[in-house]
Amino acid sequence: MAIVKNDSVIEQEWITVDAEGDLPSSDENLIVPLARFKEERDSLLGRNGGLGVQLNPGDAPEDLADDLDRLSIITVNFPAYTDGRGYSYGRVLRERMGFKGELRAIGDVLRDQILYMHRCGFDSYELNVDGETALTKVRAALKEMTVYYQPTGDGRVTAQSLRERRRAALDQKAS
Amino acid sequence: MYRYDDFDRQLVQERTEQFREQVKRRLAGDITEEQFRPLRLMNGVYLQLHAYMLRVAIPYGTLRADQLRQLGMIARKYDKGYGHFTTRQNIQYNWPKLDEIPDALLDLANVEMHAIQTSGNCIRNTTTDQYAGAAADEIEDPRPYCELIRQWSTFHPEFTYLPRKFKIAVTGSPNDRAAVKVHDIGLRMHQNDAGETGFEVIVGGGLGRTPFVGKTVRDFIGKNDLFSYLEAILRVYNRFGRRDNKYKARIKILVHELGVEEVRRLVEEEWEQIKDGSLRVGDEEIAHYIAQFAPPAFEDLSDDDADFERHKAENRGFFNWVRSNVVAHKQPGYAIANVSLKPIGGIPGDATDTQMELVADLSEKYSFGDVRVTHEQNLVLPHVKKADLFALWTALDAAGLGTANLGYVTDIISCPGLDYCALATARSIPLSQRISERFGDLERQHDIGELKIKISGCINACGHHHVGHIGILGLDKRGKEFYQITLGGDASQDASIGKIAGAGFSEAEVVDAIESLVTKYIEIRESGERFIDTYRRVGMDPFKEVLYGDR
Repeated sequence: MAIVKNDSVIEQEWITVDAEGDLPSSDENLIVPLARFKEERDSLLGRNGGLGVQLNPGDAPEDLADDLDRLSIITVNFPAYTDGRGYSYGRVLRERMGFKGELRAIGDVLRDQILYMHRCGFDSYELNVDGETALTKVRAALKEMTVYYQPTGDGRVTAQSLRERRRAALDQKAS
Repeated sequence: MYRYDDFDRQLVQERTEQFREQVKRRLAGDITEEQFRPLRLMNGVYLQLHAYMLRVAIPYGTLRADQLRQLGMIARKYDKGYGHFTTRQNIQYNWPKLDEIPDALLDLANVEMHAIQTSGNCIRNTTTDQYAGAAADEIEDPRPYCELIRQWSTFHPEFTYLPRKFKIAVTGSPNDRAAVKVHDIGLRMHQNDAGETGFEVIVGGGLGRTPFVGKTVRDFIGKNDLFSYLEAILRVYNRFGRRDNKYKARIKILVHELGVEEVRRLVEEEWEQIKDGSLRVGDEEIAHYIAQFAPPAFEDLSDDDADFERHKAENRGFFNWVRSNVVAHKQPGYAIANVSLKPIGGIPGDATDTQMELVADLSEKYSFGDVRVTHEQNLVLPHVKKADLFALWTALDAAGLGTANLGYVTDIISCPGLDYCALATARSIPLSQRISERFGDLERQHDIGELKIKISGCINACGHHHVGHIGILGLDKRGKEFYQITLGGDASQDASIGKIAGAGFSEAEVVDAIESLVTKYIEIRESGERFIDTYRRVGMDPFKEVLYGDR
């Protein structure tokens, strides 16, 4: 298992807990499932360590609207690569709700989906391989395609806006 | 016609290289078949009964001559010399080798074509009216919007792993030739009270094992807002569509279970938040795309051509072909010529390499190099001078492409069925051939009039049997094929789902059963009634009686 973020392999600094069971000490960085976050919100926000939330398919990212500033990380679980709900969650969190923290894809994260995840606002990827392999895969995936038709919030320039710029430049030249 | 610019070209080239790498990784054993599966599907590569199958996208069914010629070349080089045109206006090759497919994709890329998203749970090839830009009854050419949809949907990062596949169809004419009401999204162009042109948005139509006619989710969306509205629908579907059961995963089930009012509420709520965003398309951009589909340089002609009339009077074969296969054009002196891929006793939708090359040549000679593929598995030369029709027909007829049966009982839609398909439960091609032979006589076909027979070899309904005036569904009963007949289906603007007539028939019985239905119709029809009209007037009972008697 390795996590790639910002073109490097990073340490796992978070403990993910499930829906029940004891929480680790107050200083640990903790990721809790959305359902648990909703139930134990106040006590979780009162802890000292960092706090993150895990979204599973079927969850509503909108439930985090009031608390985004307090979350350092949101993990989005892709239990199978074929379950694409997480792509919508990524875009809603980034483009609509303005989440600025780390957005990490976890679960069945494969090389050939990483570019799409990145385009939907994800900035870290947990892959089920060693660090070096993970880094190689992420790098390869992110540079395979360079033309983008859809405007998303990922900052990439779309083919359409490049065309418009070109047309404007040509018009200027002509006048 | 739309030409790729360097962005489009680069995207397809990068995709071709990407797939070449993926095939390499697969052949080297770096990825498993299970991991490779979604990657190959997203590039149109299926694993069928006997071999891989490559499905090539023909966006909105429009081809240039050089593209069709290349499709013929690919049939010869990578397949056994033929291809099969499908109900999604695409073409399938049934015998390519996996290690050669990257080369075939490169050959496609060289003529601005690809196989992207012809499979997988993503937005598939957008289909439209095969007469777009030529039809006399058209409000506006739908293809500029189809091209914008093509770009918006190509590698859409959010909608590549949907609950299930997703199909969009567009009609620019009130006479729907694109079956928009049986698509995941159907767009029907019309004018609102203010005189603006926009689209009625129909959602949740579909065939398969649970057929539905789509429901209107919004009566009018302006052109500038179309793409944000599509994105809103897709986001609602991606988030809320069922994923627990493959057979309940299409958007039609979501519409059915939530009700169209609730789906409308969700879509409108989503759209409200994105409608002023970057998906709003400006008038200038739309104008740019409309310009790319500008009409060809038509000559100023009289609508009457003496030679054309003379040939019709002198040549019975030509007269017949004009009667069934030639359709009115919006430009005086021109006509739309349909090229039937349904020769009597032939395989519906199949064309050989040389036939494709011939139609390409003829399109250059007579139709501004423009060719269309229809969802009913025929080809169209959309812009032919009436004065050239006789020469065109003579050349087509010599190559077995002059069959005068468009819309007739032998113009059958058929899926590949058990002869090729891994999902099929029965054969459909041989049955369509038997029916075609039984009704081969042209005068009889003409007397019967418009009658749409559609055959599917399994419940997935690729042959659109639910919307056949007579639909035939091939099933398997303890190792034996049998065929269920449905009546009263219709894919047009009056869309309806056919009803099952009763118990199924054996392969030996089914052609007789069809004939007895036709005989009954002839007996009871009123003047001017098509089969579907008579069925609607009298209902199922008279037909049931001839099929089953007292049974």
